[in-house]
Amino acid sequence: MNTCPEILRVDHATLSYGKTVVLRDVSLSVRAGEVLGLIGPNGAGKSSLLRVLAGLQTPDEGSVQMEGVNLADKAALWRAHRIAFLPQEAETLPPMAVRELVSLGRIPFGKGQSDEDRLAVEEALQQTRTLEFAHRAVTALSGGERARVLLSRALAVRAPVLLADEPIAALDPAHALSVMNLFRDLSRKGAAIVVVLHDLALASRFCDRVALLKDGVPVSVGLPADVLTDDMVSHVYGVTVQRVCNAVIPWNLV
Amino acid sequence: MTRHPDRILLITLTTVLLLLFGLALVRGETMLPFLPALEDMLAGRDTVGAVILGQLRLPRALLAVMIGGSLGLSGAVLQGYLRNPLADPGLLGVSSGAALGAVLVFYTGLAGAFSFALPLGGLAGALLAVGLLLGLAGQGGVVSLLLAGTALTSFFAAMTALTLNLVPSPYASFEIMHWLMGSLADRTMLQVWLCLPGILLGSLLMAMSGPVLDALTLGDEVAESLGFTLKGVWGAQNRIVLGSALAIGSGVAVAGAIGFIGLVVPHLLRPLTGHRPGRLLLPSFLGGAILLLVADICARFIPTHTELHVGVLTALTGAPLFFWRVSVLRRNGS
Repeated sequence: MNTCPEILRVDHATLSYGKTVVLRDVSLSVRAGEVLGLIGPNGAGKSSLLRVLAGLQTPDEGSVQMEGVNLADKAALWRAHRIAFLPQEAETLPPMAVRELVSLGRIPFGKGQSDEDRLAVEEALQQTRTLEFAHRAVTALSGGERARVLLSRALAVRAPVLLADEPIAALDPAHALSVMNLFRDLSRKGAAIVVVLHDLALASRFCDRVALLKDGVPVSVGLPADVLTDDMVSHVYGVTVQRVCNAVIPWNLV
Repeated sequence: MTRHPDRILLITLTTVLLLLFGLALVRGETMLPFLPALEDMLAGRDTVGAVILGQLRLPRALLAVMIGGSLGLSGAVLQGYLRNPLADPGLLGVSSGAALGAVLVFYTGLAGAFSFALPLGGLAGALLAVGLLLGLAGQGGVVSLLLAGTALTSFFAAMTALTLNLVPSPYASFEIMHWLMGSLADRTMLQVWLCLPGILLGSLLMAMSGPVLDALTLGDEVAESLGFTLKGVWGAQNRIVLGSALAIGSGVAVAGAIGFIGLVVPHLLRPLTGHRPGRLLLPSFLGGAILLLVADICARFIPTHTELHVGVLTALTGAPLFFWRVSVLRRNGS
């Protein structure tokens, strides 16, 4: 049972894009030292919720608090020191060297020339196993390698909260496992990780808690075993499941 | 994260610029003993040498550095901000606005009324264009900015063509055509002082945008998550647009339209700065200054019956440099 204090919470958030409501009265919190998985079908509002938590999207109603302080009242730099954000879609990147790109994560801390900056970049490269191609141009990498480099950039911020939108979508099983292990390790050292996932097996295995979203509403939040019941998965995703060693594997369409 | 190659690049560019600046002052149509002329100029004596140096060559060389530098810097900033390697200072419509302002001064006959009329008309056109650009683009982001800039460029170009069409005197029409080709000939220190504030303030605003341009490499959302405010009155977009518009508008008001520098210089230097937009800014200023200074020296020295316009030369030298860059890209397959 995680007894750490809540570090980031969203209260009664509602968000619309035009007439489309993407989040409806969402309340959710994440504690230091836990991995919270945001799961749900496409269009459920996971990425929107992540952007709201990151302070990048102001909800139409409701509020977001970081360490008990309203995020909207704080300067962008204050937020940048505390929340690292990894979006789902990567920009078309220039042929910048991997190490140089990862060092962009240190921008909130000045010129990126201090020993701490260098250490943060090297550690982030090691954590994602990208150190071996740190000198290569990021455009010369495969999609999966590039995804790990972008994760390194977010890790280099060394923020107490990491919000990652589908960070393992482009990764092979070995690297996906490695990244999820890394998230768990980081959380054990006190970080709060919120990660959007589609892989229910990895979510049930690595997340301390999961929030299952459907149509902009968290229909169930709690331990993976309590949330990912056969009935709930069938209701939200429209699929039947198989269980292998307690991991949930989508099997057939309902 | 190494800064060593940057230092070598900056030292090289600065050295080349200083040598060219010296050459632009020392050499000219009239051979003059340089040191005595410099001494006379500094002492305020009215000798022929001091007049040639202080009133002809020095303002011309200073304008080449200021305008070329601000064009190179604007190109680097706009290409970084718009994440479009084809972005050019002319894209915002400010150059066309300044050109229209100056052309209207010719049209109304004010150009002959007082010596400041032309650059003031250009500046007024540039400021009008900035106002319209910021008003039209609003807080809509990069796409709105590009659309508003393209619309303004087309509108001002059409108005300039209309003015040319309606101009009553063929002589005025000839003057307008020549002015539009861009030149640094016969400019004085008055013009230097006139465009200095806009270029200085604009360049400072642009030079401060290095970190946000670096962050924007990763997209708007990541840049905001790294602590930058992109939109809003004091957001990065407004500071970048205002900075480049001030610098470009002031330059065009004094020297006419000078193309290609803002497009080609950042392209040439980008591989030497690790493709990091923030590190490209100062080298692009120096590179732009070098290119315009070279073009102006060539304009002065190439023997033609009438002096070549520097805007023609920058386009003539810029295009082959671009072709070379394209061939390198094709060879590298990227």
